[in-house]
Amino acid sequence: MNARQPFTLRRSWFEATARARLQALLDPASFREFLPPETSEPSPHLAVLDIPGAFDDGVIIGAGRLDGREVLVIAQEGQFMGGAVGEIHGAKIVGLLKRAQRDKPAAVLFLADSGGVRLHEANAGLIAISEIMRAVLDTRAAGVPVLALVGGSCGAFGGMGIVTRLCSAVIMSEEGRLALSGPEVIETVAGVEEFDSKDRALVWRVTGGKHRYLTGDCAALAEDEAADFSRVAAQLLAGWQEDVPSLAALRAEQARLSTRRTRFAGLRDGLDVWAALGVAEPGQVPLMDRDSLVDLKKGLPQ
Amino acid sequence: MEKLEFQFKAASATPAAGTALCGVVGSGNLEILIRPGEPADTCQVHIRTSARGFGRIWEAVIAEFAARHPVGGTRIDINDMGATPAVVSLRLSQALGDYTGGAQ
Repeated sequence: MNARQPFTLRRSWFEATARARLQALLDPASFREFLPPETSEPSPHLAVLDIPGAFDDGVIIGAGRLDGREVLVIAQEGQFMGGAVGEIHGAKIVGLLKRAQRDKPAAVLFLADSGGVRLHEANAGLIAISEIMRAVLDTRAAGVPVLALVGGSCGAFGGMGIVTRLCSAVIMSEEGRLALSGPEVIETVAGVEEFDSKDRALVWRVTGGKHRYLTGDCAALAEDEAADFSRVAAQLLAGWQEDVPSLAALRAEQARLSTRRTRFAGLRDGLDVWAALGVAEPGQVPLMDRDSLVDLKKGLPQ
Repeated sequence: MEKLEFQFKAASATPAAGTALCGVVGSGNLEILIRPGEPADTCQVHIRTSARGFGRIWEAVIAEFAARHPVGGTRIDINDMGATPAVVSLRLSQALGDYTGGAQ
């Protein structure tokens, strides 16, 4: 390293805790937590199973400002039980989204970092996920955009993968991952010939931020840095017009997804999908920096 | 899971924040919540840990912490997922630093 170059401190989003992400994402000293740890309760389901809970049940909710705009925020803690959604965890998210429908903030920022339903809590966790899905759609129908920010170590999988795609837009870092069934789940169910979950490069080529950006599942790519997530979210929100969900729009989206499914059927790897999208040198995509990838996507046939 | 409770006599802490929380309940890690407690010369500690049978080590680590710092008039709640004694000591110092507004 060049000793004369000034050392710049990077705050990695991937490595940060949920609380640290919120502090760095929002305007300084603007974050106000709802149901802080001393008033929240750990999960009773985990206690019955003899597992220590977390005071905030793995999710932080509150209000703050993003580039001067009033926003409500949800941040899942991936280090606690994989960010999995239990009953209290889910109730906190749903409550926050209902508040957004009433108070009409500029946006809800949903910092997803979760493997999905907390299986320990069985039906309570499943119901929580479905309530979150409905609440996200209700919030959007009330005219409040919900932005999903995905860049944590657990990504957004299972029910949280669905919740993430129900949001108005998704912002990801290259490190972030988004899918329905996780790599281990696919390998367990369909065998290692179908999917090798140990092949990390493959995992990122089919679930990672760059892949999701090229396929259009994520609206914007951020660097693995809180300041960049903050910048990208503010940029996306400036002039954002939340479309009220309509049947016609849903049908059009369904038609688009059906076409996509046929178009990419049988492709085994992100590399094949990128080639089908018109990328001349798909092997270079994993090595590209964010700005080059954004330029590459602009040049692709629509 | 094992639940442990300890009490130590110590000089009073001077809080800068109402409560302080640090750490995460992740593998090899723990979260510590410090808030004001009674009486002013006592530190009450409530622990929930996933590792059974380490009560005497917890007691030694926290006794050493209470002897080193003024922590009277506090209640400390800990959720632990198998943190080592060294990690517990560091997190306790960090949490107390946040609580008293001292070293971060």
